[in-house]
Amino acid sequence: MAQLTMVQALNLALAELMRDDPDVLVLGEDVGVDGGVFRVTDGLYQEFGDQRVIDTPLAEAAIVGAAIGLCVRGFRPVCEMQFDGFSFPAFHHIEGHVRRLRNRTRGRFTCPMVVRMPYGGGIRAIEHHSEAPEATYAHLAGLKVVIPSGPRNARALLRTAVLDPDPVIFFEPKASYRAFREEVPDDPETLPIGKGVVARAGRDATIISYGATLRAALEAAEELYDEYHIDAEVLDLLSVAPLDAELIHESVRKTGRVVVAHEAPRHCGVGAEIVARIVEESLLFLEAPVARVTGFDTIIPFFVNEKAYLPDAARIVRATVETLAF
Amino acid sequence: MRVWADPPQKKGNRVPRENIPLPCRVESLSVLSADGVLDKDLEPKLPEADLKRLYRTMLASRMLDQRCLMLQRQGRLGTYGPCRGQEATPLGVAYCLREEDWFVPTYRELPAYLWRGWPMEKHLYWWGGSELGSATPDGINDLPLCVPIGTQCQHAMGIAWGCKLRGDNTICACFVGDGGTSQGDFHEAMNFATVYHVPLVMVIQNNHWAISLPRHKQSASQTLAQKALAYGIDGIQVDGNDILAVIAATSEAVEKARTGGGPTVIEAITYRLMMHTTADDPKKYRTAEEVAEWEKRDPLPRFAGYLRQKGILDDDTEAAFKDEINAEIEHAVEIYENTQHDPFDMFRYMYAEMTPELQRQMAELKRHLETPLPAPSPREQAGDVV
Repeated sequence: MAQLTMVQALNLALAELMRDDPDVLVLGEDVGVDGGVFRVTDGLYQEFGDQRVIDTPLAEAAIVGAAIGLCVRGFRPVCEMQFDGFSFPAFHHIEGHVRRLRNRTRGRFTCPMVVRMPYGGGIRAIEHHSEAPEATYAHLAGLKVVIPSGPRNARALLRTAVLDPDPVIFFEPKASYRAFREEVPDDPETLPIGKGVVARAGRDATIISYGATLRAALEAAEELYDEYHIDAEVLDLLSVAPLDAELIHESVRKTGRVVVAHEAPRHCGVGAEIVARIVEESLLFLEAPVARVTGFDTIIPFFVNEKAYLPDAARIVRATVETLAF
Repeated sequence: MRVWADPPQKKGNRVPRENIPLPCRVESLSVLSADGVLDKDLEPKLPEADLKRLYRTMLASRMLDQRCLMLQRQGRLGTYGPCRGQEATPLGVAYCLREEDWFVPTYRELPAYLWRGWPMEKHLYWWGGSELGSATPDGINDLPLCVPIGTQCQHAMGIAWGCKLRGDNTICACFVGDGGTSQGDFHEAMNFATVYHVPLVMVIQNNHWAISLPRHKQSASQTLAQKALAYGIDGIQVDGNDILAVIAATSEAVEKARTGGGPTVIEAITYRLMMHTTADDPKKYRTAEEVAEWEKRDPLPRFAGYLRQKGILDDDTEAAFKDEINAEIEHAVEIYENTQHDPFDMFRYMYAEMTPELQRQMAELKRHLETPLPAPSPREQAGDVV
């Protein structure tokens, strides 16, 4: 067991995967000699060499485009997009080819690649470095979209993602990269994609969250318990595509009150899908309207104002209290 | 045939500057001219059986293409993009590849698919709206047609990179159009290809028209081949309607790629004799005279003339080929039109294992298709309730 940050845990997962399978390649901008701008790939270049840890020219479309060809030749590329906001040049390859290759070739060719990217705000970064585009990717059938919330589940989920036979978009909450450490076991672990977990059990309300917002949700749950005598259950989705609807229904049917919290904008966000699923199958269990605590439908402000945009514990507490008072 | 433009005149005074000696040149290659004159020094020495098979494949492509246009007009095929007039380039390139090599097309390379063993019905399936047409047959190392213009260059570069990493002595050939050279993907792929020195042959089919946009409005470069030079890649221009020139240039490029010499760009000058697709009316943007001029350079009669001169082809052989090909096309059309398409297939190939939500949606469609909604209540009954 070791106390690791999320960056260290992801690094460990990549090293383990590369040791296990010579077909796992890492490619991206500054991922080699430099070890990645967040150091997630630190030391891999030294251990595995420049044929497997590849510093590419600065072209995201070519990184993912090349990875498609590498998949066709039987490799398992792990692509790094340096930041969420820079993933869009590669978007037309992800939309037009990565997610379609298995279907359009009826399984003759597949794309078992992982596209990793740091995502979200909260680290006082410059413009284009704080976006949360998970819903944009979750909308694309054929992809799986995974978002860990802590070091231990990040390491386990990255392992599952790389071993998965289909393409996985892997969002790494950059605000959680070094915010805290967790015990990570010596042996590699996996967690199933498409399954969430109960991060805190409770009876009175369900707070559904993922990524960096999960910590705010847990903090809110503590405050709700201590100050308002509300015993909130907190769900950590871990995957936003596929969505663990079963977990959501189970909790909602128990508590009857729901708050969904994520930092991405509200309109057509993952929260909208969660609410739709609840309405479709658990409507009659609801005691109050579902509340959404999200980023606003604006451009995320430059960092002097990002705190007002990002959902924090206080906003989640307010929404939960008001839901209980309905 | 001169197919490049003069450079623009430089104007005004310039501050004196030093020349950087770049090892750059763009060559042009033609073996069999439009009027049938053969450059014997350049003529590739091909076995007679290969020449025959090449001609038969070119003819089969032409006839299937024609049949597809008819099927489209009869409402038996979807929108169709013909490749009439462009057969020599894809066929010549495919000829230079080994079976285990990789081929990445755009969507006007029918003769290459036929050469590499795709059954004709695959072509009908794709243009007839079925994914069966993009399901590459087992044992053939080709990607299916690629519609998003230029994107395939990146995949071909990645495949070529994979060939190098695998060290299995295979290479990859990729097609892109003149329009595709304006896309970033084309340039990024060339950049990566030369940075990683991958075994890639990038073939630009310059057919002069990207739907309605003529070549001179597509790019101000004198040639498209020269775009390779900026990336440190050799670029050559060939007469793309001259299958001998295509084979001569491609076989060199393939050999170079296979022996660790890196990528090559070949600009093949050809012409789209037909519409972009059946949804397009080229009379709106180009003249009949221009098309007539290019009809004279049609690769099929040019190749036939060469083979007849060599005594490889005669009327009987040609007639026999046509009979055989017609029978093959009929057979393919029969398979195509008698194939049952299962709508539930849309769910089956999304993931290695179907997700619970897709299972739910599949059941939803099944229920809708198989369980009729109960008949609505009669009007007076509804009135009674009110």
